[in-house]
Amino acid sequence: MPRIIGIDLGTTNSLVAYVDEKIGLPRVIPDERGRVLLPSVVSFTPEGILVGEDARRQLVRRADATVYSVKRLMGRSYDDVKDELKYLPFTIVPGDGIVRIQAGGREVTPPEVSAVVLRALKDRAERAFDEPIEKAVVTVPAYFNDSQRQATRDAGRIAGLDVVRIVNEPTAASLAYGLDRLEHGIVAVYDLGGGTFDISILRVQEGIFEVLATNGDTHLGGDDFDRVLMLWLLEDVQARHHRELEGCGINLARDNDAMQELRLAAEAAKIRLSTEERTGLTLPFGEFTYRREITRADIERLIEPLVQKTLGPCRMALKDAGLGPDGIDEVVLVGGSTRVPLVRRRVQELFRKPPHSHLNPEEVVALGAAVQAGILAGGIRDMLLLDVTPLSLGIETLGGIVGVLIARNTTIPTSARELFTTSADGQTVVDMHVVQGERELAKDCRSLARFELRGIDPMPAGMPKIEVTFLIDADGLLQVTAKELRTGKAASIVVKPTYGLTEADVERMIEDSFTYAEADVETRLTIEARNEADTVITHVRRALAQAAHLTDAAERARIETALAELLRARGGDDRDLIIEKTTEVNRATERLAEAMMDAALRGAIESRRADEIMESS
Amino acid sequence: MRRMNYFEVFCLDRKLGIDAQALQSRFYELSRRWHPDFQQGRTPEAQAEALERSALVNAAYRALRDPIARVEYLVRLAEGRDTKGGAVVKPKAPPELLEEIFELLETLAEARAGGLDDDRRAELAVERDRLVKRLAAEEDRLKGSLATAWDSATPADRPRVLAALKDALAVRAYLRTVIDDLTNALEGQESDAAHHRH
Repeated sequence: MPRIIGIDLGTTNSLVAYVDEKIGLPRVIPDERGRVLLPSVVSFTPEGILVGEDARRQLVRRADATVYSVKRLMGRSYDDVKDELKYLPFTIVPGDGIVRIQAGGREVTPPEVSAVVLRALKDRAERAFDEPIEKAVVTVPAYFNDSQRQATRDAGRIAGLDVVRIVNEPTAASLAYGLDRLEHGIVAVYDLGGGTFDISILRVQEGIFEVLATNGDTHLGGDDFDRVLMLWLLEDVQARHHRELEGCGINLARDNDAMQELRLAAEAAKIRLSTEERTGLTLPFGEFTYRREITRADIERLIEPLVQKTLGPCRMALKDAGLGPDGIDEVVLVGGSTRVPLVRRRVQELFRKPPHSHLNPEEVVALGAAVQAGILAGGIRDMLLLDVTPLSLGIETLGGIVGVLIARNTTIPTSARELFTTSADGQTVVDMHVVQGERELAKDCRSLARFELRGIDPMPAGMPKIEVTFLIDADGLLQVTAKELRTGKAASIVVKPTYGLTEADVERMIEDSFTYAEADVETRLTIEARNEADTVITHVRRALAQAAHLTDAAERARIETALAELLRARGGDDRDLIIEKTTEVNRATERLAEAMMDAALRGAIESRRADEIMESS
Repeated sequence: MRRMNYFEVFCLDRKLGIDAQALQSRFYELSRRWHPDFQQGRTPEAQAEALERSALVNAAYRALRDPIARVEYLVRLAEGRDTKGGAVVKPKAPPELLEEIFELLETLAEARAGGLDDDRRAELAVERDRLVKRLAAEEDRLKGSLATAWDSATPADRPRVLAALKDALAVRAYLRTVIDDLTNALEGQESDAAHHRH
């Protein structure tokens, strides 16, 4: 059995993991520099496509070419996301059903962007094992609908990965905990990530992980915390510095670079406020510098409504599982946003017991995906996950009313059969409209696809009996088959997905991705070297400006010569030369750096400000 | 090949008294046998068969684990309707029940037309509580005495007990609809009132 990797394709960060067969435990795979988290950011630069940390560094520099949080766009239409467009620095245009993204002069779909992230993780795993990797288990939010799951699988195919299983994030996390300590009982998994929220309630017994109910919101997460804080900061900057802003005619809200800086500063402040009671913020704008202090109470007031929004789905899930809050034995926290103290408090109040998160909430989903990969590969035989479909599946009937075929929280795989017939004499085609959701009217539900049953023999109206089977497989994906009952002949079905790529789209994207893959590795390495050089140049210039008193003329001259050579090298494409000159600058500044470190230790308070300036630049 | 019915999936007689613990254990056992996770590397035909069996096991467990769903399935099976179909038709009121709550329905219609004074509201709230109790009693009867009656019925008695089960299901479905409507009317009214106070 070839190796199967487990991938957590997150809104903010992605990870890859595998099961170490010697010890039977899942492990995350770091990159060459030991970093585990790969930022889910892709930058379409003129030099090539960047991904991860390299792309993250382009967020401010090339805001309109750098795509982040693309998971929120997967399997979605323009109407779904238009409300948040004004906060995105890249351009989104309506496509055929799904949205398309314009970035760096290209037009791409969300699965293509996700594919770049998946390919980077695939490469990482291939380097770690020194063998080709073709199969993966990929996680999705439990509350993802069919279109969003399909988009995730398409992303895998474009990246050259056969997604052998799509597994729900909270249940994946429960598998990781299961190996670790859970033996039996009822467990609630509260999973608040960068862009999505899920709650799943499971019964764990005899190695079976049976999901009783799941609920969630695929548009709620840490990104939203950042956004409310960012908007609050924006107002504050505008209020305090309106004179400077007006003076130079700047409209901050329309300045992509400035907004991106504000967003990153908001995110950094949010993270610090999870461990500290207050934090300072320093943001240099061209004409002025914005400084302020934010307290934990400030941010809690801002995000409280968002945290409250997670509690409704929790109550629904409890109700669907037929349980009260006291029926839960353990509460497990998953996702980076559960590091926020307010989230922990509200979860504890709702379930009336302290939640635990002793496995790293950012890694646990990938570890669980690896466990599921181990189950599929046959290495793990004693565990089995029985998941559910999060949304009811139905067909549109007369008057636009939904006829439910498969209720939400039904264990998958599951199937339902329905008889169809014709309404006119000689009719040879029957249409069906399949939707997902809990509302009574089809127009309020999620349209999945329109199916055409073709090749029906001409007969009087009502005579044909076509049995259609709707099957939701273990990935939570819908498969539809049909047969004419009198003849037993399989009817042909033409599927028109409402919000998905067609088979031809996916094929074309697979081909395109091969054509730029080779060139991308070379350019990526050069750009990495150039980025590294940029960082060094910025730091050294700042050091020379701030620490002039710590150096003498001779040292200064040596540093400036090295710096000038690096700048020249940086302008060219010779990667080795850029790296060599970067090293030389580092060597020339070694003594100065030490002297500055000593000075910094003496004035620790000031240094923190400097750090913040660096972080946001 | 004839499709197995849900009782057959679990090797059970067509009876309503089912031991929940035993059913769950059997469900886990069958899941381990047929779940697609354990079919990797097998022939496509074997995988397709397992997928179908796995879906059948899940559907059977869902229908049988809940005592009321179990009765609904039993009735469907007896009537030979094995495709479930979209349940979009609102349940019709059994005649005697309709008579009993005729006045209530009128009040409800008035509430919908907009306008319920406090007295009527209180009256409706009392009615709702009464119907909730009545619903619980009907469900107890389905799970209790009627289920026992079915399990001990002779073949000759079965049509009569089956009819009683169907009636009880219809009453239950109708009560649920009326209770939902009442709740909506009362809560809609409450939120309106709350709105006026501000």
